[in-house]
Amino acid sequence: MSAMLETDVMDMAAIRADFPILGQLVHGKKLVFLDSAASAQKPRAVIDAMVHSMEAQYANVHRGLHFMSERTSDAYEAVRDRTARFLNAASRDEIVFTRNATESINLVAHSFGRGVLKAGDAVVVSEMEHHANLVPWQMLRDAHGVELRIAKITDAGELDFASLEAQFADGRVKLLAVTHMSNVLGTYMPAERLAAFAHAHGAMILLDGSQAVVHRRVDVQAIDADFYVFSGHKLYGPTGIGVLYAKRELLEAMPPFLGGGDMIGSVSYERSTWAKPPHRFEAGTPAIIETIGLGAAIDYVESIGFEAIAAHERSLTDHALAVLSQIEGLNILGQAQDRGGVISFTMQGAHAHDIATLLDRQGIAVRAGHHCAEPLMGRLGVSSTARASFGLYTTHDEVDALVTGLQRVQKMFA
Amino acid sequence: MSDTAELYQTLIMDRSRHPRFAGRPADIVAEAQGDNPMCGDRVHVFVGPDGAVAHESRGCAIMTASADLMAEAVAGKAASEIAALRASFEQVVTTGTADPRLGDLNALAGVSEYRSRIRCATLPWSALVDALQAELAKPNQAEPANFKQAELANNGQAALARNDGQEDHQHG
Repeated sequence: MSAMLETDVMDMAAIRADFPILGQLVHGKKLVFLDSAASAQKPRAVIDAMVHSMEAQYANVHRGLHFMSERTSDAYEAVRDRTARFLNAASRDEIVFTRNATESINLVAHSFGRGVLKAGDAVVVSEMEHHANLVPWQMLRDAHGVELRIAKITDAGELDFASLEAQFADGRVKLLAVTHMSNVLGTYMPAERLAAFAHAHGAMILLDGSQAVVHRRVDVQAIDADFYVFSGHKLYGPTGIGVLYAKRELLEAMPPFLGGGDMIGSVSYERSTWAKPPHRFEAGTPAIIETIGLGAAIDYVESIGFEAIAAHERSLTDHALAVLSQIEGLNILGQAQDRGGVISFTMQGAHAHDIATLLDRQGIAVRAGHHCAEPLMGRLGVSSTARASFGLYTTHDEVDALVTGLQRVQKMFA
Repeated sequence: MSDTAELYQTLIMDRSRHPRFAGRPADIVAEAQGDNPMCGDRVHVFVGPDGAVAHESRGCAIMTASADLMAEAVAGKAASEIAALRASFEQVVTTGTADPRLGDLNALAGVSEYRSRIRCATLPWSALVDALQAELAKPNQAEPANFKQAELANNGQAALARNDGQEDHQHG
């Protein structure tokens, strides 16, 4: 049945062969990895690029006058160009490397939040943010007197525009910080519309692209995003490398986040001056090998192409929603019109943890818990959910294996 | 799924679906809440004047069954006995080796195979010890006969220090 539903233009066997880990057995069963939204698996191209760097082309960057340092600096800075093209940024200087999306948001909350925002200004986030796009703003509120407001979502799991407009009514909002794709509900936010809305109200927009950037082409100029953040490890790259895109004039107005080597103009005992962006925001030796790995991950994803990836994941998600909704007692959270391959669900009589443990013993990896979105769980009236999330290597057969697994769980808890 | 069937055996399924000691009693001398920040599970443990224990559980089958079996096992026991039981129980759920003195609590031995789930089984015990400790900290109040400060101080400290694992976190 699933074979008939395959509408892929991708050669799934070839793609799966690119990911060595997918051949592993778990508890003696074939690994069915449905937890890519937490962190994606790594293709051979990424692994090889990182190994090659360590074996053949490695030294510290931006410092040495010797061959290896110059070559490594070139490789490192080439990823900045690559990332700028990936997001269609207007300039390579608008790409700041961080540890992950969380650090990118913290950088903005600290440097833009304290350096540009003033006490009495307001920041708006939505009810469906990952903790990474909530807690830094709470910290800014408590330290700097910036008000934090929460825009509501509808029961379908989409942003409630009436609520958003109400939050902006008094003209004090200076930043709208929202996810581009929910890590719990799979909802895509209408990024361009939100950016236009924020700008019309004199506010900037920050988009948390941790999930979205994996599934669809992102064009920060078309969106007119002021800040855009993502993590390398969800994009089939390594951990320890993340990206902050910000418009050049914003970065130029922002003070540094961390102080140290590499981010300075000149240093004396009395005072220091700051380097220009993006290096102003990259204190200390960066994650050189991981950055090179990110470059390889972007190359890999683009070699497959976002048209093919998006089509595959749409077909996979449609199939999953159809077959999962046939399981009696299974409740899928969120029915957004525009949604991607992240599906959270609860099952009557079975707690998410029990579901995850029982699926794990069948080799099926899903996430269970609050997904770093505890307030959203409260909004949805649940304490935790199970979540299946897809990557470009996920197959229809794996979705069917999940359904079979869930039917077994249901039998035990019936 | 024979191995998971072993963990989710009849006793655990029965006690999670139909707990015998669930609900807030009318008369409470001590209470505490245990939270699992990793998953949002929550257990509220109540101690009555006669040393009877009850719980309100919002969580997985393992946690709910563990809370219910604990309530049964500790009813009317002295704090020193509870501390000792807890230590033995933690041995069972971490090593998987049943302890003949623990009776039905051994039903949770299988959880040792599931490292991320061990805390589901131990959370109610953390909450119970917190409840007893909080009760003893109350000033000018007659101690319930069964829970003597000295006993907890002598036997409960190692267990108390473990608490409910705030160090855990997850990404997503």
